[in-house]
Amino acid sequence: MATVELTLKSLDSDVHPDWCPGCGDFGVLKSIKEAILELGIAPHRVLIVSGIGCSSNLPGFIRAYGVHSLHGRALPVATGAALANHDLHVIAVGGDGDGYGIGMAHFIHAMRRNLNLTYIVMDNEIYGLTTGQTSPTTTEGHKTKSTPRGNVEKPIQPLALALASGATYVARGFSGEQKHLTRLTAGAIAHRGFSLIDVFSPCVTFNNVNTYPFFKQRVYKLEEEPGYDAADFMGAMGKAIEFGARIPIGLLYRLQKPTYEDTEPVLLNGPLVDQPLGLDAKKLGELLAETM
Amino acid sequence: MATEITVGIAGAAGDGLDRTGDTLARTAARLGLHVYTYNSYQSLIRGGHTWLRLRLSERKVDNHGDHLSVLIALNQDGIERHAREVEPGGAIVFNGARFTCDPSLVPEGVHLVPLPVPQLTAPLGKLLPVMQNTAALGALLHLVGFDLEVTAEILHETFKKKGPEIIAQNLGVLRAGHEHAARHAPSLGYAWSFSRRPRPVVTGNLMTALGAVAGGLKFYSAYPMSPASFVLHWLAAHSEKVGVLVKQAEDELAVVNLAIGAGHAGVRSMCATSGGGFALMTEAIGMAGMIETPVVIVNVQRGGPSTGLPTKTEQGDLNQAIGASQGDYPRVVIAPSDATDCFHTSVEALNLAEAFQLPVIVISDLLLGEHRSTVDPEAIPCEVPIERGEWVRELSPDEASNGGFKRYALTPSGVSPRARPGTPGCMHVSGTDDHDEKGILISDEHTNPAIRRKMHEKRMRKMEAVRARLQPPALEGVADAEVTLVGWGSTASVIGEAAEQLTAAGLPANQLHFKYMHPFHGAEAAAILKQCKRSIVVENNFSGQFARHLRAESGFNVQHVLTRYDGEPFEPAWIARRVRDLVAGRAIDLAVEEHEAREMAYHHIRIYMQDRARPRRIERAARTGYGEPVWVVELVSRADAAPEGMLVIGMETGSNYGWHAVSPRLLIDPSAGMPAPAAGATAPLGQPLR
Repeated sequence: MATVELTLKSLDSDVHPDWCPGCGDFGVLKSIKEAILELGIAPHRVLIVSGIGCSSNLPGFIRAYGVHSLHGRALPVATGAALANHDLHVIAVGGDGDGYGIGMAHFIHAMRRNLNLTYIVMDNEIYGLTTGQTSPTTTEGHKTKSTPRGNVEKPIQPLALALASGATYVARGFSGEQKHLTRLTAGAIAHRGFSLIDVFSPCVTFNNVNTYPFFKQRVYKLEEEPGYDAADFMGAMGKAIEFGARIPIGLLYRLQKPTYEDTEPVLLNGPLVDQPLGLDAKKLGELLAETM
Repeated sequence: MATEITVGIAGAAGDGLDRTGDTLARTAARLGLHVYTYNSYQSLIRGGHTWLRLRLSERKVDNHGDHLSVLIALNQDGIERHAREVEPGGAIVFNGARFTCDPSLVPEGVHLVPLPVPQLTAPLGKLLPVMQNTAALGALLHLVGFDLEVTAEILHETFKKKGPEIIAQNLGVLRAGHEHAARHAPSLGYAWSFSRRPRPVVTGNLMTALGAVAGGLKFYSAYPMSPASFVLHWLAAHSEKVGVLVKQAEDELAVVNLAIGAGHAGVRSMCATSGGGFALMTEAIGMAGMIETPVVIVNVQRGGPSTGLPTKTEQGDLNQAIGASQGDYPRVVIAPSDATDCFHTSVEALNLAEAFQLPVIVISDLLLGEHRSTVDPEAIPCEVPIERGEWVRELSPDEASNGGFKRYALTPSGVSPRARPGTPGCMHVSGTDDHDEKGILISDEHTNPAIRRKMHEKRMRKMEAVRARLQPPALEGVADAEVTLVGWGSTASVIGEAAEQLTAAGLPANQLHFKYMHPFHGAEAAAILKQCKRSIVVENNFSGQFARHLRAESGFNVQHVLTRYDGEPFEPAWIARRVRDLVAGRAIDLAVEEHEAREMAYHHIRIYMQDRARPRRIERAARTGYGEPVWVVELVSRADAAPEGMLVIGMETGSNYGWHAVSPRLLIDPSAGMPAPAAGATAPLGQPLR
């Protein structure tokens, strides 16, 4: 079949994104496309798995394979697919409610495994699709539809959780710094191991606290920070919880180590999806003999 | 008449009962006998009461039957609970140096075989306490006329890794037990005809796993849950050998979504759990139906609801399987009937899942999953059909020029060829929102009723084609029966044997058994049942879930529903007795039976008396102040048989009315009735009046 030249345009799907104009998720979508382009990955080798929420509509807006799964379940679906065919580039995407609320257990455990998987969380500190309730990353005091007197719970610290749980590429991006986000995304996809990018992706409709100006005033880039070393775990931990007058974006931490796929004996014979099926008479005989 | 025996082994968790039972089962299987074992156990690592029955027969047996020929008691409790069940001509074997058997417990004609274990084993050095089991096994071999050398060979293999000394010890104890019994006890006189054609001794769970592997399973995920965990253990242990990736996940939500992700990527995937885990999985099972991803989910049912009875059997999840997840979606629900059927059901489930791109739910249960039985090796083939369904390897020119790949093409069969992620040109999104032929969402602002209608019809259309492939049910047993016993799943054998017993006793009975729960052969079932004189559904749950399902699907209402929901499986005589009651117009008597009153007393003794007592006599008192007839259970000390008070249990409600001071006169003359409990005459539970 004829090869289609890979362009940003060729990665557009038939569907125009239905996000609100100005939504931070546009920047994330563009960064994923640019990263695929930059890395020269054929789009049929990309599988994007999402959960439920505004940001989880993303797979529908890019010409690659996608599963738009259930609320909170993007990571286990992505994990199953990645284990079944580790030749694919599997990218899980979703929002903060999806990943850090209903899907929190999967978030922690997926990172422990160090699968070769990229997870991009479009973190807008609010539930957008359900019209503005508090989310796991909503800041304290923030008044939402479900917390009219202000949120009293401490927000989740996703980057600190990621570091503590064994993720080997931990980054934070900001939709308002889209080119910077593309570099982080390309780095995450290229990284062998579990990569997380928590992206500040402002909700222009339901979050009037964590807005573009809010982040623009506060974010600074770690790579411009003199002496910052992404191999230093404790240093990364410090940056992971910094959320005040200054908020770091960029690559916090990176570690090269064997992935789950590298250590799973069954996968040493190649992708599961290409392996032979069934039992031969000799093996069946041996298995039955164990019971006699 | 086929020769057969039932051996019961009673003890506590940690007594090594499983190993002993396994050795006996393998011995019988190597001699060419058919074996069926049922282990009634508790959710304990140590202690408690475990009761393993092994039915060993020259004919195929697939339930534990009604009999007890020989009791091997590994502790005092085992003797006290089960001695009275041994049938005349049988025997009771126990370690005479540690335990005693109250002669009043022993039915007439039963041989007592106390083994002087320390004496027998003295020449062999210092031995572990579990070696009493091996001595008992040796004695048993003499009693029932099994070949000592076959067992010796098995022990030799079992302890091969532990070295010659351990092997010699075990064989020495086995022979010592055998010789002692040969000198001091009769042979029980069974005339066996051993074919010596060995058969595998398997469980339903093993056959589920093995069948799946033969059927092309590549990915298995699970979260530990009794009674399904063995599937995980076996597959994990054999993962490399059989080429299946096994992943334990953080919870059942992850488990089923992992399996669906793997299925979506193009491998055959399966997961197994029990009812509670299945409940967590249900949303994702609906997702598999919606995105048309093949996946097999095995629910090895246990007693519910909630955490329920973790180590007891039930068929209580039929409603849950058929009703799993929101909305309508195509699904298949299959209930295998025995271990061999578990093997073939796994193959069939994987094939249906891929051919029709839908979730297939297999409902097994604890009884079927965990009991061990022999299977005929020729019924377990390595060559099984593997049907992978319709796949697209590349984009057709037609689709290429016409807007791209239609993953959910609206086809006459309802099956749309799928493309595995990684296939050039066929990129698409599989969405859990409803979608059009290309997978583009039609939900939210794009909601489109016409596309929704045709897409929904397409998905559901698959069910007719599935139904057409499945074998409809058929009557088994005598023609023109007075009563037809209807069942599903794991009860096939026990219901069949009950029908045989009824027929032999003059009430001709046959059997209609169902394997396919959904889609259901409603018309075929109605046609058969309308010809039957009287039909009774027999099932292992409280409400008669299958009877209700049968009525919903066929419009046929059976005359009676016979249910059991105490956590124990059916026995043939249990069914036959109640069927006779129903046929005679007698309602099922739900009063607490004497053996049940004894079980209730054991519960009281364990919780409030630290196991220091045992029930002795149990009497019925009709006129009481409790508003119902009661069982009066006399408790005596385990140590010296001194009175330990008496327990009053309501016969209708089953309520434990607590302790009373001993009143021997009352126990001797139950017609005197029980006095009403006056203030101060009762003590808080566990504190006998002294």
